Amino acid sequence: MKYICLGYYNEKHWEALSESERNAWMDECFDYDDVLRQNGHFAGGEALQGADNAVTLHWKNGKVAVTDGPFAETKEQLGGILILEADDLNHAIQLMSKHPGVRNGPFEIRPAADLTEMVRASEQRRSKRN
Amino acid sequence: MNNNTAEPTSEMVEALYRAESRRVLATLIRLLGDFELAEEALHDAFRAALEQWPRDGVPANPRAWLVSAGRFKAIDGIRRRARFEALDDDAAEKIAAPDDPATWGSEDIEDDRLRLMFTCCHPALPSDAQVALTLREVCGLTTEEIARAFITAPATLAQRIVRAKTKIRDARIPYEVPSPDDLPDRLESVLRVVYLVFNEGYSASSGATLTRHDLSGEAIRLGRLLLELLPEPEAMGLLALMLLQESRRAARASPTGDLVLLDEQDRSLWNRDQITEGLTLAEQALASRRFGPYTLQAAIAAVHANAPEAAATDWSRIVRLYDLLAQAVPSPVVELNRAVAVAMRDGPAAGLALVDAILARGELADYHLAHSARADLCRRLGRNAEARVSYQRALALVQQEPERRFLERRLAELQI
Repeated sequence: MKYICLGYYNEKHWEALSESERNAWMDECFDYDDVLRQNGHFAGGEALQGADNAVTLHWKNGKVAVTDGPFAETKEQLGGILILEADDLNHAIQLMSKHPGVRNGPFEIRPAADLTEMVRASEQRRSKRN
Repeated sequence: MNNNTAEPTSEMVEALYRAESRRVLATLIRLLGDFELAEEALHDAFRAALEQWPRDGVPANPRAWLVSAGRFKAIDGIRRRARFEALDDDAAEKIAAPDDPATWGSEDIEDDRLRLMFTCCHPALPSDAQVALTLREVCGLTTEEIARAFITAPATLAQRIVRAKTKIRDARIPYEVPSPDDLPDRLESVLRVVYLVFNEGYSASSGATLTRHDLSGEAIRLGRLLLELLPEPEAMGLLALMLLQESRRAARASPTGDLVLLDEQDRSLWNRDQITEGLTLAEQALASRRFGPYTLQAAIAAVHANAPEAAATDWSRIVRLYDLLAQAVPSPVVELNRAVAVAMRDGPAAGLALVDAILARGELADYHLAHSARADLCRRLGRNAEARVSYQRALALVQQEPERRFLERRLAELQI
């Protein structure tokens, strides 16, 4: 089963680190990603640029409004996502507890939703429409 | 055991339901992989027993009979639904076959009960849902009973339980006893749930009655079951703590329902059997050298239980135990209790200095017991004006009726 892991980090805390500290931490993270890859648990992932470069689309008064920044104003920002292949939630927790990223901010583990049924139903509705 | 009349057997099925339904349920959840399905299957199995046993006699191993009857009923149900909904028929095939019932030791079944406890208390579930689910699935309380005990609307509680079961299924929370690496953390969350249930019964957080005996009794039963299944020192410590607290129940409230403090309690009312059992367990847990906060709290309760009268309490030992407890779980509430013990050992002035330092940090500003402790120390020092202010502050924060009456009484005494 796939679990999407949302890795958060505290920008201020990150900026306060020295370059060598940052490098050491990044190396550790990449090392562990490699371990996950070798064991078939790494099903994809992307790091994200800083929240400053984000844009948010809202539905407002019947049209799309564009605002800068991430939607939620929190101290911790989403720093990257990792798609994990794990047997069950305990397995996913075990794997991500060892990820060095968790020391720099919380990880949210979200089970992937199976939309097969929904997609099938939607396809039926759309084919009737045509 | 062949009964020709239906009457005695249906009584027997009822007794069996009380004694075995949770064990059978725990195993059905493992075999069927789904709480809802397992509950339906459990009821189908008992219904079948009521029909068949009076006619055919009681099977040699009723528990195994109920498990396999439940499993077959569930497979039937899935096949029927599959035909209606034209879905694949595999679901029924995927249901695990139970190990040969003939070889069943009680061990497998006991493992299932432990699995059930760990799953209901999984940290991925919200705390209130862990409590509700444990009482529902492990103790077999009805939703209405749990709702009444927690003064919650039954609909709210039912929804909480349904959501938790959905999360167990959809997020795939496994039905397993955690690995040895994870066990200490996970055990902590099971112990926390048991203790929450106990405390809810021992000192209701709001409402008119001081004690809700049923919940405390349920928590002690859970504690016994847990210790039987997993003989860890902290499980032992928690059971000891609950027994020692429970032993004072009859002395804690006056006949009119008013709160009686520890030093004013009639110690002849303390339950000796519970004390003896609690003391033995506490000693055993301490001797393990792998104890934690529950064992330390039990050890503190044991000091009180050992004192024939309030004046004979070994306060030095209590302060030492609180020091250890503060190291194990640093918390302002533990510090507050330690301060009260210091006041008993070294006099109220020493205690007051500590309580004031704790209050100055602000974390306990809204905790009524911090203010009532301060009030009591001021009263003993003859600083009545200060005592009055602190009693009033505590009264503004207290939620439980008997505690309110107690504080009002103390305040009135000061005014004389």
